[in-house]
Amino acid sequence: MTDLLTLEDLTVHFDTDEGVVQAVDGAALTIAPGAVVGLVGESGSGKSVTALAILRLLRPPARVVSGRIRFDGRDLFALSEEEMRSVRGSHISMVFQSPRTSLNPVLPVGRQIERLLVLHGGAAPGQARERAVAMLREAGIAEPDRRAGQYAHQLSGGMCQRVMIAMALATNPRLLIADEPTTGLDVSIAAQILELLRDLGRRTGAAILLITHDLGVVARLCDRVVVMHAGQTVEWATVRRLFHAPAHPYTRALIRSIPRVDREVAMEPIPGSVPSPLAPPRGCRFAPRCPLVRTECAAHVPVRTIGEEHAVACVAVEAS
Amino acid sequence: MALSTLEYASTNAASVPRSAAALLWRRLSRNAGSLVAFGVIAAVALGAVAAPVIMPYDPDAPDAEHALEAPGRRHWLGTDLYGRDQLTRMVYAGRIDLLVALEATAIALSLGAVLGAVSGYRGGWIDQLLMRGIDTIQAFPSFILAMGIAAALGNSVTNIVVAIAITHVPIYGRLIRGEMLRIREMEYAEAARTVGNRQRRIIFRHLLPNCFPPVIVQATLAMGFAILTVAALSYIGLGIRPPTSEWGAMTAEGAGYIVSGEWWIFVFPGVAIMATVLSFNLVGDALRDVLDPRMKGV
Repeated sequence: MTDLLTLEDLTVHFDTDEGVVQAVDGAALTIAPGAVVGLVGESGSGKSVTALAILRLLRPPARVVSGRIRFDGRDLFALSEEEMRSVRGSHISMVFQSPRTSLNPVLPVGRQIERLLVLHGGAAPGQARERAVAMLREAGIAEPDRRAGQYAHQLSGGMCQRVMIAMALATNPRLLIADEPTTGLDVSIAAQILELLRDLGRRTGAAILLITHDLGVVARLCDRVVVMHAGQTVEWATVRRLFHAPAHPYTRALIRSIPRVDREVAMEPIPGSVPSPLAPPRGCRFAPRCPLVRTECAAHVPVRTIGEEHAVACVAVEAS
Repeated sequence: MALSTLEYASTNAASVPRSAAALLWRRLSRNAGSLVAFGVIAAVALGAVAAPVIMPYDPDAPDAEHALEAPGRRHWLGTDLYGRDQLTRMVYAGRIDLLVALEATAIALSLGAVLGAVSGYRGGWIDQLLMRGIDTIQAFPSFILAMGIAAALGNSVTNIVVAIAITHVPIYGRLIRGEMLRIREMEYAEAARTVGNRQRRIIFRHLLPNCFPPVIVQATLAMGFAILTVAALSYIGLGIRPPTSEWGAMTAEGAGYIVSGEWWIFVFPGVAIMATVLSFNLVGDALRDVLDPRMKGV
């Protein structure tokens, strides 16, 4: 099966007054059609920047230094702005972190979906309305007819996120990027939202790139995981492999840092902190915090396949 | 199940929102001053619309027999040198003053909205260019500039409108640019970009409407200022010319009679100007209370 999205060697810099911030350094990931891929990392690890780069929505001071993104057989960086605009929203759509502020406060939520449908589907306004209401119903919103006429501030956070998801999937995109879709929602609502994402993803056949810092969310929802640290992608694996046999020292530390209630294991925070992206260490950026650090770590670290559907960017770990 | 009922109940309370109009009314009626102000504007506007129906006299027809008559039963606010009824002329004058201010505000607002929105959203050299243009206008004291434009273009209602509109463009341009700078960074702006909207559509259909609350307040305040400018221009003879009745021009005509005792010719139009301008300011303040985002949902 050919991949829906292939991202290779993505490097993004931010030109700031303090110097060049190397936000993303040679990131790579692939997404198969219909797959749910988690992109995991701490805050500031470059997850969101990577997402915006896929949509080509990075604006100055951000600058894509290098990278290739193939989506559905097309090179996204080679498309004209006009072509890119038709990709956004209709082939790739996005759900944001804070649903309430991602909806336009002066437009009823139904209207926002209608506008999107008219923009990409060429739908007649009457049809658009019906379809918008149908999408809201599919997203699990009670009384979709009435809700469609309401504004974001009249809906709860969970409902706003349902609206965002309805909107994101209204145009039947091939890929849905969900950037921390459950941050700020309480746990029970978050669980519902994740289920909704998975169900709607399956039903519409859309692949999902789920950006999160929460490994619990990944375990619930994803098929595959990409781990990101300080702008570098360090490990690629299926969810099962990642949790059972994490390879990269950073991933291991990340999994050990999850609080457990079912076992008598002390939670271990990762020592040190994320290196400054202003002056990152050469080579592997985890090296200063790594228990297995070697001299080779300061050089370019090659990606090695260490098992079926499992790759890691680390010289210290052995193939299993 | 329990959860969805709860969710329903909690949002149901919010689903009977107080409309902006209802909220405005509530706040206006709480404050006697703004209630009166609102009444004054309504009265002037009503007079402007219905002048020929409600006023018994012709505003321009001279009546030598009743020249310079003091306020009384026949002429409530007296008559001027030509025996024309002061009250009638003032009501007709309100028509001109209000219309000129309204047109000038509408033009300035439209231009300012486009300039400010593009400037704020795009930034860079476009922003620099547009804002330096606005700086140029603002470099002149606005009344002096309006005088200059009116004098250069010649007296006519249209030219007065143009003169005032030009001097008011910076007010809206700057305000909207500022709002746009803030709003373009909001997540719904990012969301509008991620779904592939054209830039023009994002600016004008998605973001500009979000800039409006402070603009409405500013426009109301500026209406008062515009009326003052029309009156002032007319007072010095650069605005609306006699015989058309206009508050400022009427004040100017009456100025010569203060010493001889015919005070009503001067005082009443003057009071009309003051009351109207003050009222716009008070209503503007009341609107600010309603539309201020911090007050929303209270």
